[in-house]
Amino acid sequence: MSQQAALGRPPTPLVALAAVAATLLVVPLLTLVVDTPWGSFFSLLGSEAVLDALRITALTSLLTVVGCLVLGTPLAWLLARVDFPGRSLLRAAVTVPLVLPPVVAGVALVTALGRNGVVGGPLHDAFGVTLPYTTTAVVIAHTFVSMPFYVLSVEGALRSSGERYDVVAATLGATRWETLRRVTLPLAMPGILAGSALAWARSLGEFGATITFAGNYPGTTQTMPSLIYTTLQGDPEVARTLSMILLVASVAILAALRNRWLTTP
Amino acid sequence: MADDTVTGLHATVAVPGRLDAAVTAEPGAVVAVIGPNGAGKTTLLRAVAGLVEMQGEITVDGESWTTPRRLVRERRLGYVFQDQSLFPHLSALGNVAFGLRARRTPRREAEAAAHGWLERFGIDDLADRRPGELSGGQAQRVAIARALAPDPALLLLDEPFAGLDVGVATSLRLELARHLRDFAGVTLLVTHDALDALTLADQVLVLDGGTVAQAGTPREVAARPRTDHVARLVGLNVIRDGDTYRSFSPRAVTVSLNRPEGSARHQWAGPVVSAVPHGDAVRLLVAADPDLLADVTPAAAAELGLAPGQQVWLSVKETAVEAYAVS
Repeated sequence: MSQQAALGRPPTPLVALAAVAATLLVVPLLTLVVDTPWGSFFSLLGSEAVLDALRITALTSLLTVVGCLVLGTPLAWLLARVDFPGRSLLRAAVTVPLVLPPVVAGVALVTALGRNGVVGGPLHDAFGVTLPYTTTAVVIAHTFVSMPFYVLSVEGALRSSGERYDVVAATLGATRWETLRRVTLPLAMPGILAGSALAWARSLGEFGATITFAGNYPGTTQTMPSLIYTTLQGDPEVARTLSMILLVASVAILAALRNRWLTTP
Repeated sequence: MADDTVTGLHATVAVPGRLDAAVTAEPGAVVAVIGPNGAGKTTLLRAVAGLVEMQGEITVDGESWTTPRRLVRERRLGYVFQDQSLFPHLSALGNVAFGLRARRTPRREAEAAAHGWLERFGIDDLADRRPGELSGGQAQRVAIARALAPDPALLLLDEPFAGLDVGVATSLRLELARHLRDFAGVTLLVTHDALDALTLADQVLVLDGGTVAQAGTPREVAARPRTDHVARLVGLNVIRDGDTYRSFSPRAVTVSLNRPEGSARHQWAGPVVSAVPHGDAVRLLVAADPDLLADVTPAAAAELGLAPGQQVWLSVKETAVEAYAVS
């Protein structure tokens, strides 16, 4: 008799509630797969609106990941390695977008970077640059909501690899920059990859902040989620097809995370 | 400005509340730093390396490391940490080449030199292995090679044999002795082991409670220990009597159950704390204020019933005692 069996049967109420939870999570996904009009799947995939949305989603989500790598890595390093006044305050501020409703993030971005915004106004007056309702605005909105995932993941990795190896590198004559390049970042690579995947996943699904700050213009700011939202009202079949595409992308990310991150101790 | 006439290490190091010590050593010298846990041994190394705030002055080969304060990376030192701290993402070769690469040696040259160092430690066949694939002794060799490769002026070794099997430690000790003979700079070697101090060092610095309790050649320190800790390390009893130390071997101690009569001038009483085999004798630790060691034959131990808790009298003849002044 196995050790588990020797402990007795699992309590029935527990099993029943767990079954409800599993059903709630699995059934909608299954119905989406079943209801997807597979016959017209590839012809729909070829339509201009879908291709535009796919292109914009791919482009903006990749740029978001690049933005996180270039800007988020230094921020994570600073939070993990440098003692400065207000560090814990900054860390708290960085995590706020994690829990902020995306629509609120969009409104906040408008107040800052909108045409009459605190930063956007002077930007428009001085350089004639208008951010809202551009593809750039999509990337900014996505970076705003994705960066916290990336920064927290990388900061965690930097903390767990510890300052110990930075000290060793210094005793061997390495500058801080060299140490970062040759020791700190390679050791934090699992966190960087996991953070990138999380940021990418967050960006793929971004809807609220994007539609508020960047709008929903086909060819410039209409991403996959925005297109799904639009088509759902007139052509639910198309919406289901598009949703299927995003589901596949999400599952692919999850699989990548499992290999890269979840199984890495 | 570097002053070429002043060579070696000249250091006075004060870390408030933890350490107040001075150490001077000629180029090529090996200074063993010994003392009980918390005596400030590792603090001394970290202060010299620039890893802890300190007051005082450190001069290495005529160059001041303290006025103005040099960053860690600007000090020509090699540091072998207690846990080795090999970079886990680099091969043995990458670890040893790291310091050379950091000091702007081209990759090809640095790797050739690193191969040379691994060769000297007899582990060049392991050059491509990651630290996780090395045994403790191999990893320690890589760590020492890594510290020596950039040709430091000062080598800091923090308990290089801690955590190794006895056999591995013994062969590595012999190897290290050979490398230290070839090393032109000063070595500070923190150790818990009297054998390290006696076999590897030219000078011994005994730290106790953050201050220098004794400094001298290994022979002097071993023959005339001034601290209980060193006395235990070298297996001697040492007692302080006014301004005189008296040391004597555990073999010279007579153990009896009753107060001894006769000529023995030095007598103590106390309970046996432990009785363990020591060579072909049984070594007793007796809580006699101070704690004293006494060696008896196994036969005598059995006859007297010497088990922990047994009250015994210890005595030693004046002729077996070496006396020396405190200062």
